[in-house]
Parts: sequence; C-alpha cells; structure tokens
Amino acid sequence: MASPSTTADVVAPSPAGRADENYLTHEKGFLSWILTLDHKRIGVMYLCSVLIAFAVGGLFALMVRTELWSPGHTIVDADTYNQLFTLHGAIMVFLVIIPGIPAALGNIIMPLQLGAKDVAFPRLNLASYHLWLVGAALMLSSLVINAVDTGWTFYAPYSTSTATAVTPAAFGAFILGFSSIFTGLNFIVTIHKMRPPGMTFFRMPLYVWALYATALIQVLATPVIGITLLMMIVERAFGIGIFDPALGGDPVLFQHFFWFYSHPAVYIMIVPAFGVISEIIPVFSRKRMFGYKFIAISSLAIAFLGFLVWGHHMFVSGQSVLAGTIFSAITFLIAIPTAIKVFNWIATMYKGVIHLETPMLYALAFLWVFTIGGLTGIFLAVMSVDVHLHDTYFVVAHFHYVMMGGAITALMGGIHYWWPKAFGRTYNEKLGQIAATLVFIGLNVTFFPQFVLGTRGMPRRYYNYLPEFQGLHQLSTIGAFILGTGFLLTAGYLIKSLKKKADAPANPWGGTTLEWLTTSPPPYYNFHTPPDVTKGPYDGYEELTYDEKIRGYVAK
Amino acid sequence: MSEHTSETRDDAPAGKSSPPPAHGHAEHDHGHGHGHHYPNLAHHFDTPQQQFDAGKLGIWLFLLTEVLFFSGLFCAYTIYRAMRPEVFVYAHYFLDTKLGALNTCVLLISSLTAAWAVRNAQLAETRKLVVNIVITIVCACTFMVVKYVEYSHKFHDGLLPGARFHPTEQVWELESFKHKHPEASEYAEHLTEAAKAKAAAGAAKPAEPAAAAGEHKAGDAAPAHPPIERVTKEQVEPLLKAGVLGEKAENPTVPSKPRNAHVFFSIYFFMTGLHGFHVVAGIIVWVWLLLRAKKGVFDGNYFGPIDYAALYWHLVDLIWIYLFPLLYLIH
Repeated sequence: MASPSTTADVVAPSPAGRADENYLTHEKGFLSWILTLDHKRIGVMYLCSVLIAFAVGGLFALMVRTELWSPGHTIVDADTYNQLFTLHGAIMVFLVIIPGIPAALGNIIMPLQLGAKDVAFPRLNLASYHLWLVGAALMLSSLVINAVDTGWTFYAPYSTSTATAVTPAAFGAFILGFSSIFTGLNFIVTIHKMRPPGMTFFRMPLYVWALYATALIQVLATPVIGITLLMMIVERAFGIGIFDPALGGDPVLFQHFFWFYSHPAVYIMIVPAFGVISEIIPVFSRKRMFGYKFIAISSLAIAFLGFLVWGHHMFVSGQSVLAGTIFSAITFLIAIPTAIKVFNWIATMYKGVIHLETPMLYALAFLWVFTIGGLTGIFLAVMSVDVHLHDTYFVVAHFHYVMMGGAITALMGGIHYWWPKAFGRTYNEKLGQIAATLVFIGLNVTFFPQFVLGTRGMPRRYYNYLPEFQGLHQLSTIGAFILGTGFLLTAGYLIKSLKKKADAPANPWGGTTLEWLTTSPPPYYNFHTPPDVTKGPYDGYEELTYDEKIRGYVAK
Repeated sequence: MSEHTSETRDDAPAGKSSPPPAHGHAEHDHGHGHGHHYPNLAHHFDTPQQQFDAGKLGIWLFLLTEVLFFSGLFCAYTIYRAMRPEVFVYAHYFLDTKLGALNTCVLLISSLTAAWAVRNAQLAETRKLVVNIVITIVCACTFMVVKYVEYSHKFHDGLLPGARFHPTEQVWELESFKHKHPEASEYAEHLTEAAKAKAAAGAAKPAEPAAAAGEHKAGDAAPAHPPIERVTKEQVEPLLKAGVLGEKAENPTVPSKPRNAHVFFSIYFFMTGLHGFHVVAGIIVWVWLLLRAKKGVFDGNYFGPIDYAALYWHLVDLIWIYLFPLLYLIH
C-alpha cells in the first residue's frame, strides 16, 4: 500500500478518522481556554475574536454605505460619519486583517502543516493573544470616550490636535503591534527550529512559506509603527514638536514613518492570503502545484520589495520627483513576483480535475478580484496618474479589492478549507456555495462602481457629494448589503455546524499536507506519532481515493 | 523581554493547569523520556540543544525589533540635526558630560558582569553567578540614580521637552560654555548689557549691526552699543554656531536661544527615557533571574535565560554607547 507522504498513522484511532480525545475536549472550563498554551486553542480564540471584530467593523462599513445613500445627511451627521469610517478602517486593518490569516488560521494550522508539536514559544503565543485583547479594548474604548476621527492613518498634525480620543486608539494600535511582532517572531523561530526530520525548507507547504515571509515583515516593520505611534501620543501629551509644524516639527516625517510600516503591512495582510490560495488550488484541482519553488521564493521577494516602496503613498506630499520615480519603479517591480503567483495558480488548474466546493469558489473569486485589485495598483504606481487619482474613490476601490477581495476572501476560503480540521464538523456545502457566490457578487457590486466614481473625481472620506454621483453610490451601497447578507449566511451555517456531532473525516478534501494526516479535530499533541516527511507537500494526490462511507479521502 | 526568557522554562506550571493524558503516550513514541533527564526542557522540544537554539534565535529577533524600535528616534535625531545643527550645538552645553561618562562606565561594567554570568551559568557556578547578577543589578540601579539626578537638574533648570521648554539660564552663562569660549561668553554678556542699556535709554535708533569677523556676514552678529572696536572670531563664532546670534536665533537683535531649541530636549528626553525604560525592564528580568539562580537551576544544559538576558543587556548598553556621543559629545 502506497502511503502518503509520511509514515504517521493515516487512519487515526476510530475508523472515520475521528478522535475520541482531541484538543477541543482535552480540558474544559473558561480558564483552560484563556490560559491555554496550545497553539490550536490560541488560534481558535484568535479566530473568534477576529470574526467578532470583523462583524463590528462590517457594521460600521454598512453604516458608512447607508449614510452615502444620498448626498448630505442620510442617517448620521458629518462628525459621526468621520468617526465611523475611521473606526471601520482601524478595526478592519489592525484587529481583523493583520491578525486574521497569520495569527488565527496560522496558529491553528501552521504547526500541524510543519509537523511540530507546538510553536517554539507557547507562552509568547498566548501573550500575543492577550495583547490583542488589550489592544482591541483600548481601540474600542475610543469609541465610548469620543470616537477617533482621524482616519485609520492617524496623520499628523490633525491627529495631534483633534479633540477626539486619539490616544487610546493609537495606544491600542501600538499594543496590537506588539501582538503582531510576537506572532511573527514565534513563527520564524518555529519554522527554523521546530521542523521534524525530513521537513526541509522546500518540503514546506506554501502556506508555511507565506507565513514565514509575513513573519519577517511583521518583525522588521512593526517596531517602526510602534515608535511612530508612541511619538504621536507623546506629541499629543507634551507637544514635543517632532511632528507638529506649529512647534517646529515635520508632519511629512510622520507620513514617512507611518508608511514605512504600513506599506509592508499591506503585505502582512495579503501574503498569507497568497499562502491560503496556494493550499486550496492544487487540492481542488487534484494536481501537483505548478512552480512550487517560484511561489515560495516570490513570497520572500514581495516581502523584500515591500520595504522599498512606501513613498508611493506620498507622491503628492512634496517629496522630490527623483524619490517619486524610484518609489514608482520599485512599485512596478512588485508586480513581477505577484504575477508569478497568479500565473502558477492558473497553470496548476490547467488540465486539473477541478472540484468547485466552497473553498475553491473563494479561491477562484480571489483570483478574479485580486487581479483587478493588483492591476489597479499599477495605475496608482504611475506618478502622473496618481496625482489625478490620489485620495479619490479609485484608491478606496483599489485597496478594498486587495484587502477585502484579496485578504478577506482568502480568509473565508481558509476558514472553509480548514473548518472540518479545526472543529471536526462539516458545514452545509450548498449554503457555503451560495454564500461564496453572494460575497463575490457583493464585492464587485460594492467596489467596482467606486473605480468609476474615483476616476470621475469623487474624493475619499467625504460626507457629501455631487448629485451626479448618487447612482453609483447607491449601487455601491446595494453591493455592501449583498456582501453583508453573504457573511451573515456564512456565520449562520458555520455556527450551526458546531452544534452537531463531530462528523468530519481526517481528510475531507484529499489534501497531502501534514495537517490532513492527523485526526479531525487534532489531538492535543497534534500527531499520534511524529511525522517523518519523505515527499514534497503537493505530491501523492494519485495515492488517495475518496471513501463514500466516511465522506473523505483515504490512502488507496 | 520576560516573556522571551520565560518561554524556555520548564513547562511545570502549564503541566499542572493542563495535565496532558497524551503526554506519556507521546513520550513513549519519542523514546526520549526527557522529562526525567532534563527538568527544564519544555514538552514541545526534543533536546535541550533545540530549546536553546530556538530561544537564541528568538532573542536575536527580539533584539532586531528593539533596534528598529529605536531606529525611528535615531532617524528623527538625524533629520533634526541635519536641519538645525545650531540647536544641537546650543543644547549640548546644558548636558553634563561627566555624569554621562560615569553612566557609560557603569553600564560597561554591568555588561562585563552580565557576560561573566553566562559563563558562570554554563559551568553551574551558582555562587559566582549570583554575585555577578547582583553586580549587574547594582550597576543598573546606579545608572538609574545618576539619570534621576540628571533629569531633576534639567527639570529644575526649565529644560523640559517641547512647549514646556523655558531654560532659566542663558547658554553663554553656563560654566561649560564659559570654559570653552570665554571671549564669546563675555561678548554675549556685553551685547546683552548694551541692549539693556539701550532699552533703558529708550533709544529709537534702529539696530546697528556689529562688524563680524572674517568669513561672517556683517548682518549675522547682533548690534553693539557702544560699538566694540574689533570683534574677533573667538568672540562671535561660538555664538553663531549655537544659534545665539544670527538668523537662526529667536531674536536677531540681542543674544537669545536658537529657534526650536526645544526639539533637542524632546529628542533627548524621548531617547534617554525610552532607554531608561529598557534599563528598568532589564533590572526586573535580572531580579527574576537572580531568584532562579539562587535555587541553582542553571547548568550546562540549561543556561538559556541568563544568555538571553545578557544579550538583551548588551543591546541596552550598546544603545547607550550610541546615545552618549550623539547627545553629550556634540561639537
């Protein structure tokens, strides 16, 4: 019998691949969760928290879109509107997308994929989650005190002078930065030092590669936003004159510092998404990954180049044309490793046996929306075009296609792909497909009109607009509600799936990476016997066969 | 910091709160039985070497983030120094080089004892280890005491950051300035006296610029009444460089301080304050390690925490080695 890539017990204790003992039932009680050192439980807590934050941020988004249904006052006043879009942005960036794929899904899955018993520093991992909670509490406390209205970018000198509660929100982002650094540091060390025998770097799944590249960015970029936010807070408190021009400071310095982190942070958000898509596409195409090494290395290339392009956010800030030209040219370069990924994914699907289950639908949606998001990024990298499009809805549409269409779609795909593994339950596939379709349609209906609005001159963050923009704004608002419906439906069937008895097989999709070798849900120590890796991560689809009885794949 | 070192501790507390039934099972499979041989080996590591290596890579990465954390401030320092060199020249006269040098020595000694402590831990020399950690802590506390003295002098003299910056003394009245540039100090006094006399006389005559020496433009220097016969380079140049006179000064007609002089003290307090915060964090870590060292837990198989703390301590030291010349030894 040809065994898949390891000698571990493929068929776990019970015939259907279900475990009697697993990390979910291992211990009971609130404290056994909040003080756990188990990476899977920390990942689950992260996932729940991130999804709650996503619901809150999404609610703010719907309020923003509802307000924009008509010019002038629709449901809230202008100041409240500023607070709503600020909190929407800050929550979605700092609380949802940055920790979403790496800290939530990554914690649950990455050590399993690597064949490790845990991450290198379990206590640091827990500390990361606790810091997330503190950071989230601080950020939301701003909502109660006097919600911050600076936009998520906290630009000085407005942020150093507005009367709203900038300090708690910025301090929250500062704390969240440390949470992110701890996760990144932990993952780098885990990937370097915790690999089992046989797991060479080029046998690691692409999701692990993507998390590795992400972790490097987290560790190298996040400290800079930390010190920047700290300086901004101190500027507010003591008027130290580093950023405030009235005191001899330089507000453009804030922009440089901010984007030195926040542009790489864009890759903290999207590179793990690439990793998820790289897992889903070969499995659902039943075909070996095309160009594995290129995809692996391109993650690192993106991480590296991501540090050299922050100035493209500042073409109109008065920086020199030479600097702008260099930033623009390096920004174009990023298209190369990104395109390498997209072409390799498509080449993987070519002549594959494509299964259109929910995770794959999200992966296909990702390809569509991310390509639009990525290509419009090239428009914005052209300096002369950017001067026209800067701070318009075109930019809003571009980054929502990447962040929402890219990162959130991949997060959804990843959640559906690993849901049976993480929780041992299968969800309603039909509803999953309907929700995925709704999300895809909603995304495009919401954000595509914004490209048009932007090119016609609709500025971002505006409360009021000219009457001729109303049609497109209303279309966008309708799209937002379609999106909301899709996510609501998703929440419904996923929660419902948790209420039923554990029914998921060990390998529902026929994956060949290590996490599918252990039971669903995995035992406390991940593997009943430690895996001994002898093959690449996407080898051996032909050695698996679908078993109707357990509704999952087993070795032939 | 403490989280990092604590990672490599044995997993006993966690084991208590979450007794793993699978543990024995897993251990049989691994065949290490490490729980018996290495009491400080965490459950998810196979060997002490793996645990040590993981911790070492972790602490290096952490130090990297620390360097980047400070880099924002070093960057701000560089930009403001390039933009306003006169402010930095002006401000450095207010800093006490002797206390700074004393603190440099204190930190260097503590780094030596920290490094020595690592060796003691490897050789399981508990008594020497305890002594070296105690010396490190004493040095760190000395550093903080000296910093406290420096800070209280600064507060007393109105040298506060940003908008609260109201120095009680003029720079040319300072001993450090007089000692270096006696002629310039006298000249500044003279100009101030003259300006006062003129104001008292209520003279409406517009300011008449003093003839500056050599390469300086005539308009750079402040008025002199009664006019000084010859203004020498020694008299005027230090004042121009410090922004007391000339177009960089707050008041171009009488000796004053340079515009935006407070930015230096913002950066000074921010950098030394953040560094001080790291020293305090280091003291906490060393105290914790002292308590553990007394129990004799460290030996050749388990000395990671001491090693990591020492690395952190060297970085704190190194940052000070940069801060000292950048802030105190400006010329």
